[in-house]
Amino acid sequence: MLNEHILSITTFVPALGAILIALLPRQGKVIQWCALLVSLLTFALTLHLPAHYDYGTRSFQFVEDYSWITSPNIRYHMGIDGISLWLVVLTGFLAPIGVLASWTAISTRSKEFYFFFLLQQTAMLGVFTSLDIFLYYGFWELSLIPMAILIAMFGRTKGPAAAIKFFLYTFIPSALFLVAILYLYAKSGTFDFVTLQHMLATGQLGITQNALAWTAFAFLFAFAVKVPVFPLHGWLGDVFSEAPTAMAMVVAGKLGLYSILRFNLGLFPAQARLFAPWMIALAVIGIVYGSLVALAQKDLKRLTAFATLAALSFCILGIFCFSVAGLDGAVYQTLNEGLSGGALLLLLGFLYERYGTYEMPAYGGLAARLPWMVAFFVITSLSLAGLPLLNGFVGEFLVLSSSFATHTGWAAVATTGVILSAAFLLTMVQNVFYGKQSALVQGRSTIRDINAREHLAVWPFMVLMLVMGTLSPYWIKAIEPAVRGLASNPFGLHYAAHSEVRFTALPPATHTAEAK
Amino acid sequence: MNPQLLRILPEVILTVTGVLIMLIDPIMPRAATRKSMGWLAVLGTLLALFASIQQLHLAPGTAYFNTVQTDAFSGFFHILIAGIVLTSLLVTLDTVTNDQENLGELFALTIFGAVGSMLMTSAVELLLIFIALEISSISSYILAGFRRHSAKGPESSIKYFLLGSFATAFFLYGIALVFGATGTTRIGLIAAQLPGSTTPLIATLGVGMILIGLGFKVSAAPFHVWTPDTYEGAPSPIVGMMSTAPKAAAFAVLLRILFVSFPTLYAHWQPLVWWMAVLSMTIGNLGALKQRNVKRMLAYSSIANAGYLLVGFTALSTDGVAAAAFYTVTYAAMNVGIFAVISHVGGYEDRLTTVQDYRGLGYRSPLMGGAMAFFLISLIGIPFTGGFFGKFYVFAAALHSGLVWLAIIGLINSGVAAFYYLRLLAAIYSKPSENMPLEQMPRIQISMLFALLLTVVSTLMLGIMPGRVLSAARAASLTFGIQGSSMTTAHPPMLDVETKATVVQ
Repeated sequence: MLNEHILSITTFVPALGAILIALLPRQGKVIQWCALLVSLLTFALTLHLPAHYDYGTRSFQFVEDYSWITSPNIRYHMGIDGISLWLVVLTGFLAPIGVLASWTAISTRSKEFYFFFLLQQTAMLGVFTSLDIFLYYGFWELSLIPMAILIAMFGRTKGPAAAIKFFLYTFIPSALFLVAILYLYAKSGTFDFVTLQHMLATGQLGITQNALAWTAFAFLFAFAVKVPVFPLHGWLGDVFSEAPTAMAMVVAGKLGLYSILRFNLGLFPAQARLFAPWMIALAVIGIVYGSLVALAQKDLKRLTAFATLAALSFCILGIFCFSVAGLDGAVYQTLNEGLSGGALLLLLGFLYERYGTYEMPAYGGLAARLPWMVAFFVITSLSLAGLPLLNGFVGEFLVLSSSFATHTGWAAVATTGVILSAAFLLTMVQNVFYGKQSALVQGRSTIRDINAREHLAVWPFMVLMLVMGTLSPYWIKAIEPAVRGLASNPFGLHYAAHSEVRFTALPPATHTAEAK
Repeated sequence: MNPQLLRILPEVILTVTGVLIMLIDPIMPRAATRKSMGWLAVLGTLLALFASIQQLHLAPGTAYFNTVQTDAFSGFFHILIAGIVLTSLLVTLDTVTNDQENLGELFALTIFGAVGSMLMTSAVELLLIFIALEISSISSYILAGFRRHSAKGPESSIKYFLLGSFATAFFLYGIALVFGATGTTRIGLIAAQLPGSTTPLIATLGVGMILIGLGFKVSAAPFHVWTPDTYEGAPSPIVGMMSTAPKAAAFAVLLRILFVSFPTLYAHWQPLVWWMAVLSMTIGNLGALKQRNVKRMLAYSSIANAGYLLVGFTALSTDGVAAAAFYTVTYAAMNVGIFAVISHVGGYEDRLTTVQDYRGLGYRSPLMGGAMAFFLISLIGIPFTGGFFGKFYVFAAALHSGLVWLAIIGLINSGVAAFYYLRLLAAIYSKPSENMPLEQMPRIQISMLFALLLTVVSTLMLGIMPGRVLSAARAASLTFGIQGSSMTTAHPPMLDVETKATVVQ
């Protein structure tokens, strides 16, 4: 029973929790406790997945497949594979931490906050688990609404403007994405991912290469905005500085990167290779540009935004190398970004609760006052900078080593990003925690270090950073079979006849094995 | 009962209700509230709704010298119009004060308007359609100017009346030309006469005239100029009805005329409709962008929505008709709903009209703010709401007929539209300003609760389980017997996917 419906249950438990919260009275901490319990329950349910996952296969698991609307042919089809497995768990993991992070930061209108917060969880889990493109699109669009409303409601200074900017940035490309989906449906008569994959791979749809390239482009464009990929990152800075911590932690990265892996590589492998040179160039520009801009930022939230842009560009670089190691690295780096980027935002949120500003020059010499805080900050910064033994290193190493094999020049430039990221992260730590105590820090001498609730929120991050840095095979063993299919392009034989596609070097044994 | 009478039973019930209200109103003491008349109107509409549902069980057929036809198509729109009028009456009951002047007439005219709109959808004789159109229009003209003491009221009414009667003249002239070309005004017989017509040019001109006349009624660009002023001046509960019920009826007439009488002239009218759709979407959305007044904004939004709906017309297929019919339902649900909120917040006299006035509505009244946010989300077209499925089916039908550019233009338009809806949505959930009169919001009455429940649940159900309404729309579209491809049957079964895949490798 649980195994058969686990994905639906996991996805909709937060939504039910949201409805429950809407009915609760605004009294004391009732709403907070309820949100915490619901998100802990969600996390527990997501943990059920890796425990019962069959690591030997790359096919979809925990599949639920029912007819939802007969005409047009829309199915309720859910399932996960190695790409989505850990992203689902990551989403579940970040939910209770998001609640803990907002515990005191969101003091007024907490009912609205947690209602939309939990709705957002459902939308994100739905994106990762849907295998019907229509259903997927539903969750994809749904994920915009709670985010936009929460940014509008809880933005620091110009929330509504940032919310509208964020919404339009992602909604307009989604409209073109919808045209592409409908076009595929008009040609195939199905929204089902698995069926479509077969039909596209065998070329039985009768779509011209040109139309197919435009369709793939519409998909990629919508995802690239959501990631975001340079130069589509215009919304990122504003959203990061306006969004409440718990929402900023989940706004960028994983949804878009997952979608590129699932759809652009899964449905349109030949077209993805067509776009690869451009995407690699944009990724490398994103790495260098993001790092350089981060280096110049005075606002800590904006600094994090551009650091995130650089980190996500690493994932794009890994994806569009089409090697198993690169894709492993990309998925791993996506998880890392959710983890380390989330930890940084969480700590910044704690800092803001204490001192009420994100302006870096206002800080200085905090180390003497907040020893725990500085320890957590340093570990997180080192993880983001890619220090060996911490999680960031594994992802960056896989991405860079595999891109060196195929795109030496670009990879060489990308490597400078690692150095630059160390530069801006350590500069940040230096400016905030060391040096002379600033007037702000001296003026608020009663401020206490990390409290018990905050410890509870931070420690899971710290432990996971170390564990994911040292025991990476545990995660990779699920990711690798899934990305192997994407790297080897099982349908490459067919596509090769139609288009000039350059395939990455792969062990021939793998290639033939997958072709069967 | 006379079997012929059954075919027009909903209209008869409503007419009797309207006349009853007109008769009782003057007998009642001058000081007494006329709200009971509103409940009488609600009762009559409920009966008419029931009669419309019963009509579905009748075998499809005609009555009164083949001028009226009841079938799945007329039943679909009858039920829709009854639902719209019912909800609007409930909203009106909540909005008006007990001592509102001419309240009895307000209810009676609403009912008479419904009679006209319903008759439009079951009439299959162009002259009867014209009469029904006039019944519906004249009620609307008066209702639009019902707030006589406000400056905007008479302006609204006069503009609507002058331009409206001009458009009706176009419609009538179109009928005359069609009659000249084919020798008949019976919708079902025109198509058979067309090939033998010696003057196809005149028939084409006639279609063009009819398009202009009905294009005005549905406020499609470039015949839309009356819409913002009329909506701004008319009482909000009336606007909710006016922007949905007569429009649904006019769309139904347009569907019948274009797809039953003139499918052979498709090549001539399709480009016209294509341009009307593109212009309506673009002008509507761009116009709405700079509006500060919520009612004017929604007026432009209704122009844009007429454009989305016309997209369904451009595909000569059963799917196109079904998509258009489905769209009328989704648009009615969310638009009547949003005007219910506006009516309640602004009151009969439109105290609050600008986007700024709605700041903080979500905190002052979580129910009203939440409902409005939900309708806005549906108007934006977010999945799991009716608005999304409406657009989805319309554009799917267009793409299925190869109209890729129309779909791209339409969906980019829906992206632009998101901006002005969002501005209102952001206002609802931004911090309320201090000097806001929203605290004095009137108490929510039971009739308003019913109206909100009806519209919210319909909008939600149309987004989650559209199956029933869609199959009803499909049944309605099948009555036309269009020889076109259908999304459901065009593709061979996909059982052999596996085998083909292995063969290739």
